[in-house]
Amino acid sequence: MGGYFKDIYDGIATALVGMRITWRHLFTPSVTIQYPDVKRELPDRVRNRLYVNMDDCIGCDQCAKACPVNCITIETVKALPDEDLGETSTGNRKRLWVTQFDIDIAKCCYCGLCVPPCPTECIEMTDAFEFSEYNRDDLLYRFSTMSPEEVEEKKANAEKQRIEQEAKKKAAAEAKAKQDAEAKAAEAAKPAEAAKPAEAAKPAEAAKPADGGTTEGTSPDTAATTPPAEQTP
Amino acid sequence: MESLLQSLLGDNYLTILLYCALPLVFLLLYALLAILGEVKISAWMQDRLGPMRTGPWGIIQPLADVLKLLQKEDITPAKADKPLFNIAPYLSFMSAYAAFAVIPFSSQYVGADLNLGLFYLLAIGSINVAAIMMAGWASNNKYSLFGAMRSVAQIVSYEVPAAMAFVIIVMFVGSLNMQDLVLAQSGPIWNWFVFGGPKQEVILSGGDVLAGSWVNLVFLPLFLATFVIYFISALAETNRTPFDIPEAESELVSGYHTEYSGMKFAMFFMSEYANMFLVSAVTAVLFFGGWQSPFGVYLGDLVGVNWLVPIEQFGWLAFKGLFFVFVIIWLRWTLPRLRVDQLMYMCWKVLIPFSFGIALVVGFLVIVLK
Repeated sequence: MGGYFKDIYDGIATALVGMRITWRHLFTPSVTIQYPDVKRELPDRVRNRLYVNMDDCIGCDQCAKACPVNCITIETVKALPDEDLGETSTGNRKRLWVTQFDIDIAKCCYCGLCVPPCPTECIEMTDAFEFSEYNRDDLLYRFSTMSPEEVEEKKANAEKQRIEQEAKKKAAAEAKAKQDAEAKAAEAAKPAEAAKPAEAAKPAEAAKPADGGTTEGTSPDTAATTPPAEQTP
Repeated sequence: MESLLQSLLGDNYLTILLYCALPLVFLLLYALLAILGEVKISAWMQDRLGPMRTGPWGIIQPLADVLKLLQKEDITPAKADKPLFNIAPYLSFMSAYAAFAVIPFSSQYVGADLNLGLFYLLAIGSINVAAIMMAGWASNNKYSLFGAMRSVAQIVSYEVPAAMAFVIIVMFVGSLNMQDLVLAQSGPIWNWFVFGGPKQEVILSGGDVLAGSWVNLVFLPLFLATFVIYFISALAETNRTPFDIPEAESELVSGYHTEYSGMKFAMFFMSEYANMFLVSAVTAVLFFGGWQSPFGVYLGDLVGVNWLVPIEQFGWLAFKGLFFVFVIIWLRWTLPRLRVDQLMYMCWKVLIPFSFGIALVVGFLVIVLK
């Protein structure tokens, strides 16, 4: 019977205690942050959307190599020797046209590994985090500042340059071969003792490493497999 | 009020219809306020802000909610008992609204000034049980049926202590008329039943007047306990937390209105809110002086503007009613849900014995002191 009245007393008392708590919370300031209107201050070293300052990019491809998810695609074209691309703010000389610098931010995992390798500190993680899109393709950010025509032009220039260089090289090689041939012809006229031993030694040297490779490759395998096979029976 | 309307609009059906619809206008406005109050108070008690985007501070959120409900598709399950399924929500709201007929909103307005007001209230309130059972059964859904059965068991049980609480007050006043109950508490705040009822001179058989008018302060603890018993029972009858096991979301989806959508769901919703105000208003009438001013005087009387008095009285009743609606919401965010056995224990082993005991004592005191 005492328990019965105690239960009633406890029931009323604890309900009142609970009501006091909820009453106090009724006037406690809310912890809600009205997000789009009020934004929380982000930490200093927050990692969000990537930004590339193309004025400073030298097209070294270091960031793309560092990226663990391959979200950075860089394409560069060599500049002509007479073209001056200027300097970066860190004093590095620019030698490449960066015709494509794409970051697929949908793939980005915000690890920040692309930032430290950059020699000119042109790639950085900003504090912008509101960049949702309805279409996934819109998340492919193209940072290159060059127009398609410019890219075409630079590529053509580079190709022409390459062909010219190659032609030059070929001409040079031909000229050299001719020179060599002339020299050889001149040499052949003299008794050729110095050249002969060198030609004989060459095939022997080339065959040696190949033989050594095959023998070394097979012998450890047989050595490793045979002993346990012998021990088990 | 009735005569005023008749003199303004003539004695015809339209006048009577308007007279009947006045509480409905109040009820609709109150429902909007209560929906907003529910979300805002729940949010504040949990240190949140609640709806903030619909209008300044989210104050037109309830309108948006109602509009959404109106637009929703009205689904009737294929295997449901269609006539019952379709009638149930309207019957539920009908029973809640019909009870408003006897609520005295002011000294000048009461829908039907019945001599059996409290009895009518109990009787018409029981129709809600039938509506809930109809909804649960006709939905042809096990959760609905469980919810309905729990709800009916709960309401039927808790009607007993609620009725006994009525009996206790009625024995003291000697009338079932709601206006008489309010008038019995005339005067300042300490004449309210929750503070011991009207203080009157007690004349002993010898003709002596017993020690001033404060003798019936002995009723104070009795009526206070009666108030607690009635309020708990009322809470259970409206299926509100901590007695919301009929719609226990974590167990029964949402109880008897699981299968309802759109307008019919809105009717159940309205019915719940109407019932909430109903029990709050009845609590105010029985224990807190109804439309009586706590100061015993009205501003209209003081400045000599007679038409202001009924408006003030309505204001007081609405204030008291809304206060108890707030308490109900407050309790909802304070107390966890009871188990079914705890619910029945509380009703049959605590509330009913206490209410019977108080009824006996009050009955005895009324005979001795009057």
